[in-house]
Amino acid sequence: MSTLTATPAPPVEEASRSRWTWLVVGVGVVIAVSAVRVITGEHEIDTPGSLRAALIATCPILMAALGGLWSERAGVVNIGLEGQMILGTWGAAYFTYFYGPWVGIVGAALLGAIGGALHALATVTFGVDHIVSGVAINIIGLGAARFLAEAYFADLDGGGPRQLTGLDRPPDITVPGLSDAANSLAEQHWFIISDIASVVAALTTRLNVMTVLVFALVGFSAWILWRTAFGLRLRSCGENPQAAESLGVNVIRYKWIAVVASGAFAGVGGGFLSLVASSGFVTNQTNGRGYIGLAAMIFGNWRPGGILTGSLMFGYTDSLRLRSTSAVHALLLLVAIGLIVLAIWRFKGKRTQSTVFAVAGVLFLVWFMTTDAVPREFTGMTPYIATLLVLAFASQRLRMPKADGQIYRKGSAG
Amino acid sequence: MSVVTRILGALAAPLVAVVVAMLITSVVILASGGSPGEFWSIILSAPADRVYVNIVNQTSMIFLSALAAAIGFRMNLFNIGVEGQYQIASYTAAVVVGAALVPGLLNVALGLVVAMVAGSVWAGIAGVLKVTRGVSEVISTIMLNAIALTLVGYFLNTYGVRAGNSLRTTEIPESSQLAGWTPFLDRDGAVWTLCVLAIVAGIAFSFVINRTSFGFDLRATGMSESAAVASGVKVGRMVVISMMLSGAIAGLIWMPAFFGAAHTYGSTFQYGLGFMGIAVALLGRNRPLGIFFGAVLFAFLNEQSNRLTLESDISQNVVQITQGVIVLAVVVAYEVVRRRQVAAEQSRVKRQLDATKPTTDEAVSA
Repeated sequence: MSTLTATPAPPVEEASRSRWTWLVVGVGVVIAVSAVRVITGEHEIDTPGSLRAALIATCPILMAALGGLWSERAGVVNIGLEGQMILGTWGAAYFTYFYGPWVGIVGAALLGAIGGALHALATVTFGVDHIVSGVAINIIGLGAARFLAEAYFADLDGGGPRQLTGLDRPPDITVPGLSDAANSLAEQHWFIISDIASVVAALTTRLNVMTVLVFALVGFSAWILWRTAFGLRLRSCGENPQAAESLGVNVIRYKWIAVVASGAFAGVGGGFLSLVASSGFVTNQTNGRGYIGLAAMIFGNWRPGGILTGSLMFGYTDSLRLRSTSAVHALLLLVAIGLIVLAIWRFKGKRTQSTVFAVAGVLFLVWFMTTDAVPREFTGMTPYIATLLVLAFASQRLRMPKADGQIYRKGSAG
Repeated sequence: MSVVTRILGALAAPLVAVVVAMLITSVVILASGGSPGEFWSIILSAPADRVYVNIVNQTSMIFLSALAAAIGFRMNLFNIGVEGQYQIASYTAAVVVGAALVPGLLNVALGLVVAMVAGSVWAGIAGVLKVTRGVSEVISTIMLNAIALTLVGYFLNTYGVRAGNSLRTTEIPESSQLAGWTPFLDRDGAVWTLCVLAIVAGIAFSFVINRTSFGFDLRATGMSESAAVASGVKVGRMVVISMMLSGAIAGLIWMPAFFGAAHTYGSTFQYGLGFMGIAVALLGRNRPLGIFFGAVLFAFLNEQSNRLTLESDISQNVVQITQGVIVLAVVVAYEVVRRRQVAAEQSRVKRQLDATKPTTDEAVSA
């Protein structure tokens, strides 16, 4: 984004400039959202309640995406995320019921890790095609969660063959004082100030500990994968395993660690669904969120910052199911503004792309002006369509790990 | 490698996989406090007449689904989107047939054509994206599955006819309903007429793949893309065509049930056949005969497991674990067998080389 100059800039300068770009983008987004809110009068698009719901919807997707990141950075495609996640929903419910929510989170990770280990066994040890194994794991995960629910939850208090409710939640945190102040400021509906207050309010009011944990895990993963020798070795297995092996990296072991961790993260994402996002376990609770996580990871270009952005976006659209259709309609204006800004930004370099953005922006504007509600189903499709569009039109900017999806055999370095 | 060992190798893998799956299933049942003996005696007992009929019906649909997946797999194209393709196709066909534009059996033919076209268009999106924009078909078909699900839901909610608590498409006229064949009593149900589609599609598949130049190109591309390109195969065109063919067959998956029993797209639609088809295609090594046995096995497990609910405390969902494990175990077994064969081949060539020291050309052709 910041390397448009002909001569490569020194890394330090590049990093700081990239930081500036992101800051500008961030401020721009806040202004745009605020403007749309004031123009349309749809305050629901960023009330503290909406943002809180969006945050909760983000976490499972983020964890699945993070799981995908770990696995694919080590060169193993994991489309079994959905299955591992669904195992996590059961694990969280079972262990929370008997041992409380903290053990529940560990249980979710454990069950997910079992799914990951299965994937690692098939793909890393036996060299089975990654997609094939992933499909099988999704079948097993779905079946196992259903079976286990029926076998273990049917006779429990608050349980049934397909559900387990009344579980203890991990505690919520409210920052006293700051929370009230931010909430009342947000209610004023002032331009920009109230929007920022909404964000503060959402982060300080009844914020679940598990949400904090999820974001901490993203930071932790970013640090460990990009700032430690372990992470460098792990990523080298995804880029060029032969070279890694020739340097003495135990490729098979790193891939195993990555895939098991991947399953564990996806499992925690599933656990979040049954412990925090809803009032208990229901079969088939993930409802395709593993796939949305996969989409968020691709959308985010296999990078932690990117998957965070992607997951927040997809989480926000996911949470729109609960909002009024007119609030969703107001967002059309936001999308239109975004596309037109993008068109202006790309005008200098890429004319055709700029034109496409401009036309799309105008179309959204027309859609916004000629209708007054968006069918609910359309918001549900957003993550998938966005990912398809990004893949179709920005694939040159995407860079997946070089040896991603390739089967590696020990000693093939020759 | 002799023919006999080759056949034994091909049969050994699925058998080992089934045995492993049986063991794991037994362990799972035992661990959850159930009795594996009870489970297997129920599953392996003789099916009732009604169950026989259901097994035939389910086999035909699973077979079609697996065939759809297999076309892509034969050229290393992962069409994970069978699920979405048959949903879109079934809905579109249900709308068109429900509108009764043409009378009687012509309407059935129209419905089948519409289903195939709708399925192939939906699959074609992924094919075109792959060829023109380099988008992995795995990712795009996963996305298209989700989009299909929501899109059909939207259309059903917007234009559907209310029937009781749910929405559905207009029921097809009686003249277009195909009653089927009742081998037992009426109450045991009928084998749907369009189950015959599975046989037709299976034969067509076998013919196209093994006896036409298109099929040769397809197999060649699957085995070695670079070799196929070198011999003049237009891989891009092949990708789009085989994706669309795959989608066309996917479009037919639910047609036996639609014309035979459901008569409308609504709450009776059977989800999940697409993913089951992928599993069965893998189990049957993408060969029609193998797929057939796989489809029978899966249909048998599905239908027999229904009895578990009535006759035992064991959840019928356990067979999903069995099915998943069969697939995982069979692909692992195939891979192990393949590696063994490659290793055996290599050492054989090496032995010959050491013994006779021929020129390199002869060694390769040996």
